[in-house]
Amino acid sequence: MDGIVKTFGDTRALDGVDLAVPRGAVYGLLGPNGAGKTTSVRVLTTLLRPDAGTARIDGIDVAADPHAVRQRIGLTGQYAAVEERLTARENLGFVGRLFHLPRARVAARADELLERFDLADAADRVVKGFSGGMRRRLDIAMSLIAEPSVLFLDEPTTGLDPRSRLGMWDVIEELAADGTTVLLTTQYLEEADRLAEQIVVIDHGRVIAEGSPDELKQRIGGARLSVRIARPENQERAMSTLTPLCAGEVVSDDARTGFSAPIIAGDGVVPGVIRALDDAGVDVLDVEVRRPSLDDVFLVLTGRTTDAEEDAS
Amino acid sequence: MNRLRWLLHDSWVEAERHLRIIPRNVELLIFASIQPIMFLAIFVYVFGGSIVIPGFDNYDQFLMPGIFAQTLVFGSAFTGIGLADDLQKGLVDRLRSLPMSRSAVIVGRTISDLVRNLFTFVVMIVVALAIGFRFTGGAVDAIAATALLVLFSYALSWVQAVIGLSVSSVEAANSAGFIWMFPLTFVSSAFVDPSNMPGWLRPVADANPFTLVTNSARALYNGNPVGTDAWWALAWSIGIIVVFSTMAARRFSRSTAG
Ligand SMILES: Nc1ncnc2c1ncn2[C@@H]1O[C@H](COP(=O)(O)OP(=O)(O)O)[C@@H](O)[C@H]1O
Ligand SMILES: [Mg+2]
Repeated sequence: MDGIVKTFGDTRALDGVDLAVPRGAVYGLLGPNGAGKTTSVRVLTTLLRPDAGTARIDGIDVAADPHAVRQRIGLTGQYAAVEERLTARENLGFVGRLFHLPRARVAARADELLERFDLADAADRVVKGFSGGMRRRLDIAMSLIAEPSVLFLDEPTTGLDPRSRLGMWDVIEELAADGTTVLLTTQYLEEADRLAEQIVVIDHGRVIAEGSPDELKQRIGGARLSVRIARPENQERAMSTLTPLCAGEVVSDDARTGFSAPIIAGDGVVPGVIRALDDAGVDVLDVEVRRPSLDDVFLVLTGRTTDAEEDAS
Repeated sequence: MNRLRWLLHDSWVEAERHLRIIPRNVELLIFASIQPIMFLAIFVYVFGGSIVIPGFDNYDQFLMPGIFAQTLVFGSAFTGIGLADDLQKGLVDRLRSLPMSRSAVIVGRTISDLVRNLFTFVVMIVVALAIGFRFTGGAVDAIAATALLVLFSYALSWVQAVIGLSVSSVEAANSAGFIWMFPLTFVSSAFVDPSNMPGWLRPVADANPFTLVTNSARALYNGNPVGTDAWWALAWSIGIIVVFSTMAARRFSRSTAG
């Protein structure tokens, strides 16, 4: 989407949002309550017409050809949109038929999705008795019935208990592994960190930062490496081994066994450090990388913590 | 033609969603039928002895078509309540994100409500016949009378659809859907002869489309001459459908789950 503006009365819900998600990627749209996440999703899924700017899905303009866009997307809104009085299988059949898929295809696809989302046992039960997690999984299954090229998940874990949330994360990770393009919104930094390969932070209808979780963390000072070794007499050797691996000055403590240095955060730092010290004949007790949390990122970017925002709403 | 087939297909799929549920909710069905039967019994046995209508030697023959009409009209409220519920639950958002015909969401809903109303209507006719009501006109007249009543109720379903899509909650849809039906059905010829009403109210009752519909149905059921009332009743129903389906479609494309 390009320069999208959407106002509701005096509220500028979206104030020139640009966003591009490559095919097959999982993007996280992160922001506090009222940031404009749902509005962004609603513009992209043809539910709202933007006041300015253009949005395209698979190159198709959302405003010009909403019908073609609808054939290519799956939407799981902020509240599980399932028909409570029908069974899980009937819900899938209902949506499948509205995509105008042949009946046999709908039935086969429904079986596949029920199995995959762990709903096979509950397939012929009325949804009313389902737990929040089961409803959410059914909701996502319904969005996937026609194999959309983009899946929108608006706060998929909000309101779920911790166990269901973990289950939902597994489901989303599986989707990502299958190559589904996903745009996911969340208020939880931890969730974006875990699921998204690229995070777009929005606040007051504007994109305030974009990058991989690691890049965002580095923007606020990167990670620090701490190492502890067994014998003080190895201090010199440890310093000279660590220096080329780190992004800045290596400092050691008074006991001559503890070291700390900034690093470019990334996977494989810890094993690399251990291997290098081992090769140099230094006995390592402990290696740790402390990464700033996305909460820290948010604080730096907006000058506010996310908790304060939630309290205010 | 293609568009029409598309609309019909999607409307049917949507209607089926609601129709599947009806037999599962036997409780609702029973209570939905008890209420009109109760009305029927109260009017016949409580008021029946005290109300004399000129031209009818039996109040039942006058009253029953009015109760049929009222019951069908009240039944139209399901449409608004159901749509408000779908809206509140986010189902309307899901439907709007699907490549389906937009009108089908409301058409399907009104059709399933029509089927439900027909069921209540059949139950009521059976009870009315048991109490002593008779179709003294011919079968064709009785069918025409029923068709007029059902069409008017269907037209009001579209009014209810607009209400359901305009209010922000199911509770509001419930109140807003029912409140105007009391004056609509009571300030009419359904239960009494409007010529006994105060002078200022009589023209209102006479002009009320519900009066026209009731009078036509009553005349047809009783084998009396209908006059032009039936045509006016038909015109009202069609007019309401045209106006309110346009409004509902516009509302629907702007509606949001909030
Ligand atoms: N239908 C609407 N009418 C009026 N204001 C709205 C509407 N939808 C959203 N808003 C406002 O737009 C802003 C962004 O809302 P939203 O996109 O729902 O945020 P988020 O999903 O990030 O919590 C908020 O200030 C919200 O109050
Ligand atoms: Mg939201």
